Amino acid sequence: MSDQAFQHYQHAHCESGVTANLLRHEGIDISEPMAFGIGAGLFFGHLPFLKIAGIPGTTYRIWPGAIFKRVAQRLDIKIQTQKFSDPAKGMRALDDALAAGKPTGMLGSVFYLPYLPEAFRFHFNAHNYVAYGKQGDQYLISDPIIEEPALIAPADLIKSRFAKGTPEPKGFMYNIISTPKTLDLAKAIEQGIKQTCFFMLSPPVPWFGNKAIFLLADKIKDYPKKLEPRKAALYLGNIIRMQEEIGTGGAGFRYLFAAFLQEAGTLLKRDDLLQFSTRLTKIGDDWRNFAYHAARQMKDRKSDLVSYDELSDLLKKCGQQELELFREMKKMKW
Amino acid sequence: MNVDEVPQDQRNFKEGEKLKKLMYAVDKDGKYTGVNSAGWEAENFATKQAWDDIDEELARIEAQVLAGELSPIPYYMQKNLMDVALLAKYMNKWEWQIKRHFKPSVFNDLEPAILDEYARLFNITTDKLTHFGQDKKENHQ
Repeated sequence: MSDQAFQHYQHAHCESGVTANLLRHEGIDISEPMAFGIGAGLFFGHLPFLKIAGIPGTTYRIWPGAIFKRVAQRLDIKIQTQKFSDPAKGMRALDDALAAGKPTGMLGSVFYLPYLPEAFRFHFNAHNYVAYGKQGDQYLISDPIIEEPALIAPADLIKSRFAKGTPEPKGFMYNIISTPKTLDLAKAIEQGIKQTCFFMLSPPVPWFGNKAIFLLADKIKDYPKKLEPRKAALYLGNIIRMQEEIGTGGAGFRYLFAAFLQEAGTLLKRDDLLQFSTRLTKIGDDWRNFAYHAARQMKDRKSDLVSYDELSDLLKKCGQQELELFREMKKMKW
Repeated sequence: MNVDEVPQDQRNFKEGEKLKKLMYAVDKDGKYTGVNSAGWEAENFATKQAWDDIDEELARIEAQVLAGELSPIPYYMQKNLMDVALLAKYMNKWEWQIKRHFKPSVFNDLEPAILDEYARLFNITTDKLTHFGQDKKENHQ
């Protein structure tokens, strides 16, 4: 098989990165921001009751698996997905796909990927990477978040693909079966933007979409009253990590989506999209400003009410600006 | 964020300096482009804090194991960043069964097969699991 043929490109985010890399291999030259936008990857959610290691969950993106699936649907690309209860079968299916020359996307846990620095290896089970060949019994891995391809031993790959916890990847793997002769990018962009607006503006519950930014802002205001300083610092730290740690491209995917809006605006020759992009970049800067001040507050660990109030206000500012942005974007004529 | 504002604050813990992630920033013509970043002070601090919390807890558990109050299971559970629920899933047992194994008296009577399973999961030898602290230097690596 021709493992030379697969080109690894580093990207910000694992799923949109894998999507772009797999599509490029099929001759479809698509950028990561384009994949992220068409897949309507941008989102916000805060779940005070869903605690991971004792800390409430916060997300800046749509749930795992959605981006690849939506991009494939919107660009009329046929894909095959498989899940396994038996690890041996899951590995055999991977070997078969690789023997047939098909680079294969997989879902797995970050914890069992020795090629990643220890600093980032937590039990996060929704990481995406591609296997594109073998060297001896080791697998050649293209992991979009790192600069170069890596090698992994079969035992480690099995642990990652069949990790336990929430969610369980169950050896989930995906391949591209066929691609269309022509791509209707304009239509796909429109669908991605409309869906992003819908997910940001329409959820009727407080935990998802734009509303959840205000929910989190209210919660942060209460941190010094309800939590001991150490816990409050860990809660804040988790928000910063979800927003800025590996995989978001900065400002909790806001820059990534702004890059998509810019590319879409240039392609479709639409000034409104270019302006939305500029606005979202500025909003992204405000998210970074929030993270910067949150980190300073963590360092002090003082339950000084004023700064938590200020953090809450910084967040509300992001929420308010995004609310206006997505409301206007929703009204776009196509 | 402009290209020249992309932070390059190195993470100097747990091999963190090995990764230069990709970020998106705007160049002088206003065009988005990918830029590698060594890290950012705010984010490094948050990650470091999460690790410090884990390592502090690990040190507390280690002291309890050495004092004979706990078996080595909770130590290696913490070292592998697991909680009881996750460990129970990996061991295919109930949470209460795992918690029983935290008692030194129960642990000392565990069947070799179960000890082997724990050791495999924690990626250590069974001998190391059952001879906690006798190899102090290695434990601290």
